[in-house]
Amino acid sequence: MKSPLRKKYDVVIVGGGPAGLAAALGARQAGAERILVVDREIEAGGILNQCIHSGFGLHYFKEELTGPEYAERFVRSALADSIEIITDSYVLDISTDLQLEVVSGRYGYLQFKARAVVLAMGCRERTRGAIRTPGFRPAGVMTAGLAQKMVNMKGLLPGRRVAILGSGDIGLIMARRLVLEGCEVVGVYELQPYSNGLTRNLVQCLDDFDIPLHLSTTVAFIHGRDRVERLTLAPVDMKCNPDLSRTRDVACDTLLLSIGLIPENELSTRLRLRMDPATGGPQVASNLETSLPGVFACGNVLHVHDLVDFVSEESLRAGRFAAEVARGLRRPGDNISLQAGENIASCVPQSLSPDREQVVYLRVKRPLKNCLLTIGDRYEKSFRVMIPSEMIRLTLAPEVLDRYFGDNLRIDIWPQERV
Amino acid sequence: MRYDVIIVGGGVVGCALARELSRYQLRLALLEKEVEVGFGTSKTNSGIIHSGHHAPADTLKGQLEWAGNQRWDDLARELKFGFSRIGELMLAQQSADLAYLLKLKAQGEEKGVTGLELWSPKKIQKEEPNLSHNILQALHAPTAAVVNPYEACFGFIACAQQNGVELFCGAPVLEISQAGESFSIQTPQHKFHCRIIINAAGIYADRIAALIGAADFTIHPRKGEEYLLDRRLQGIVTRLIFPVPSATSKGVLIIPTVDGPIMVGPTAEDVADREDLTTSFSGADKVFATVRQYCPAISERDTITEFAGLRAVAESNDFIISPSPVKGFFNVAGIQSPGLTAAPAIATYVTEMLRCEGLALSEKTAWKAEIDGPSRFARMSVAERKAAIRSDPAFGRIICRCESVTEAEVRYAICHGARTLDGVKFRVRAGMGRCQGGFCTTRIMDLLSQTAGTPLTEISKRGRGSEICYPRQDSLTAGEEG
Amino acid sequence: MPEKKNLICIGCPMSCPLELVIVEGEIQVVIGNDCKRGETYARQEYRAPCRMLSTTIACTAGLWPRLPVKTAAAIPKERITAVVQALHCLEITAPVLLGQVIQENVADTGIDVIATRNMPSLQGKNNR
Repeated sequence: MKSPLRKKYDVVIVGGGPAGLAAALGARQAGAERILVVDREIEAGGILNQCIHSGFGLHYFKEELTGPEYAERFVRSALADSIEIITDSYVLDISTDLQLEVVSGRYGYLQFKARAVVLAMGCRERTRGAIRTPGFRPAGVMTAGLAQKMVNMKGLLPGRRVAILGSGDIGLIMARRLVLEGCEVVGVYELQPYSNGLTRNLVQCLDDFDIPLHLSTTVAFIHGRDRVERLTLAPVDMKCNPDLSRTRDVACDTLLLSIGLIPENELSTRLRLRMDPATGGPQVASNLETSLPGVFACGNVLHVHDLVDFVSEESLRAGRFAAEVARGLRRPGDNISLQAGENIASCVPQSLSPDREQVVYLRVKRPLKNCLLTIGDRYEKSFRVMIPSEMIRLTLAPEVLDRYFGDNLRIDIWPQERV
Repeated sequence: MRYDVIIVGGGVVGCALARELSRYQLRLALLEKEVEVGFGTSKTNSGIIHSGHHAPADTLKGQLEWAGNQRWDDLARELKFGFSRIGELMLAQQSADLAYLLKLKAQGEEKGVTGLELWSPKKIQKEEPNLSHNILQALHAPTAAVVNPYEACFGFIACAQQNGVELFCGAPVLEISQAGESFSIQTPQHKFHCRIIINAAGIYADRIAALIGAADFTIHPRKGEEYLLDRRLQGIVTRLIFPVPSATSKGVLIIPTVDGPIMVGPTAEDVADREDLTTSFSGADKVFATVRQYCPAISERDTITEFAGLRAVAESNDFIISPSPVKGFFNVAGIQSPGLTAAPAIATYVTEMLRCEGLALSEKTAWKAEIDGPSRFARMSVAERKAAIRSDPAFGRIICRCESVTEAEVRYAICHGARTLDGVKFRVRAGMGRCQGGFCTTRIMDLLSQTAGTPLTEISKRGRGSEICYPRQDSLTAGEEG
Repeated sequence: MPEKKNLICIGCPMSCPLELVIVEGEIQVVIGNDCKRGETYARQEYRAPCRMLSTTIACTAGLWPRLPVKTAAAIPKERITAVVQALHCLEITAPVLLGQVIQENVADTGIDVIATRNMPSLQGKNNR
């Protein structure tokens, strides 16, 4: 089929999930004319399409939506804004002068030149290989997200008697989904001494259905040559090492893994972007531009979020900044290096400029109660509780930043009490 | 069903032999107990074509190792599988190892292995800067290569089939009987008749031989665990890295696989259970503790997947390739390392043995050495990609994003024998990358279902009993009522 | 004799452990909450626990074989099973529009069930 597409775009966005769609809208708001979103699935919306539960949009739309509803609002806005979206299409490569090599089921081999590119490829799930799980390699071990796609999109069940390793929100939500679909969920097992899911999900997905949550527990052996038959579970010590003298077995035919997400950074790596080992995504300046001029990143490819609302907000900004670059406008370069200090696992962006209000996202390393967050010596905020699974969002006024011109600015969190 | 020769076992040895015998005017069949060829020991092999100097010249495996090594360049071209002669380095970490390197060099030179060279620590650091600084000396063997063993199996069998060999998968041999000059073989579905049986049943070769009273050997499974590492570590060594071997194994190796990622392993553990394909905490500890001695950059946390395989070890510690006490029944057993390397030479050796035993071998006029099939999209140039998509738009649809595998390649694999997710994965690499099938599993299941006409709920990982998912309870009832 | 009931507040990550003191079926006092959201939650959850419910129903001739749906408002917690059972018997033919009512007054709860996405029809094409 002959391509109706152009050869040159102001902004090309890689990925048509919540991040990519919001970036496209942001680019339009900031005056970019020719905007293209390339998505690899058969429809835009990304992983939201399989997240049929509600709980999305409370910050962004001030109402509670399901994943497909949230996605639909963005798709509709994008189409209303005359943003071109091609689906079933995959970006193979991007050159440093922003030429994109794309293959498409419908249009064949495509090449585009962009003035700015926004990376919005999202993230993927950690798999069995990422943790030590000895035993056989039978069918019936899969990630919670894959199970979610099977159940919610394809109408297939991953098993009948299911165990879930990891208490992240996807795992908790799948526990409830599977019970509603007539499966038995024998338990959720979490390596850490605390859950990684929202309390709301612990109550409404596990407690409501009498599904037990076992903390400080891991799977020490998977039994069953062809199909999972049984798991050996072991308690773990403070360093998360299993105590193999105190194991017990549980019979099940399926093990779902909900053990974390990692940014999907194949393209970023090919582009040789400077990466942040703490987030797994590229390093970005305060305008969300990566180390390669003209290439921006937002959403889960930048750092894994827990709220899609923050993804949308961040991506709108990335799209706006990308449009500015495409139009030849420049912001002042950053001159403050932002550093993750005491108790902080990661922070984004990695540098700031004092010319405007800045948004900073960060995560703590471990659960903390009654603590004081300090940024340099001009900003303090107290928190009653901070947990690793909940990203913190801060806005910093130019006055806080100004005296760090040309310097390092450290964020620290000082607990008043240990959990 | 009547044949001249039946090969029992579709591992790399059985498949290579099937292709070799398909040159001649014979009625041939290959019986494989698993759902596809190469799903036993071959699938979990390290994928190394050994340089030729490891086994002594006075052993059968020593002779066939070097003869086999030289055949792989042509085979890779003809059968379209990935292959790369990257060479190997065997490291002397203590002074006692130095004598072993000298012995091995002399052993290789006696066999005619070319290019063997001792490297100084300075040269080692220059060529492989990520290796430990404590290495005293290394023996470089440029003839070593890497290959995907399962791809080789699929290539051998595809070529054999195009030249007339009949393949029966999911066909475990239950009984063998002999009447006069003819054997009968019973499988769950069929009864086969033939004049000659080649027993290439790997880990079960002694059991197969016992069915007809031809078991004058025992197979002991020796387990090996392997760990495949993230592409982050790709390229940290450019050659196969060997320690000086022990009595039971070649040691824990660093293997730059033909597709790029680094693999470390295997362990060597004698086990009783012939289905023990389990990995273990102790295996991982051993592998990583060992390789970190010579390559400290390797970390367990980069593991993307792990697996275990079983070597078929005979008491003699050498290959058993000979006529058995039962006339017409031949054993090709105890094919442990360097079995993959030697497989093409084993095939020729067995063919000559059959000729000596009186089998008439007259060559076909129309034997074809090459197989057809699409090239890997991931390995194509831009121009080749454009041409491929023009000829078939399905090349424009990426199914597996981690390994850039297209719908066209997956469909071709399914049309040419892939029946399972593992069958697709090991033919075209879909599902083999970082996400380990997280994104592409449902799409591959759809393609299997559409192309092979199988319901989604019957699609399995590697045969019956390993189905991926179950039907919904309500659709099950609806289906029964309707 | 006062009874006690324990809940965990879901209002924020503090996850305050709530203790409800109940006399003759009425909450006398809520203990353990750090803020007033805890008390509001405790009273609602004790008197009439309600949940939003999402699931899928069978969909023929659509882009996907399942259509996601949700209850238009929260339903009583004890009716979840009944509602799910009622929905899993349904089948709809694409196209379906987002917000379209799939089932009025599902399982006599007084609440409608609506589609949560557009489902275009895709005749003769294979799903994936």
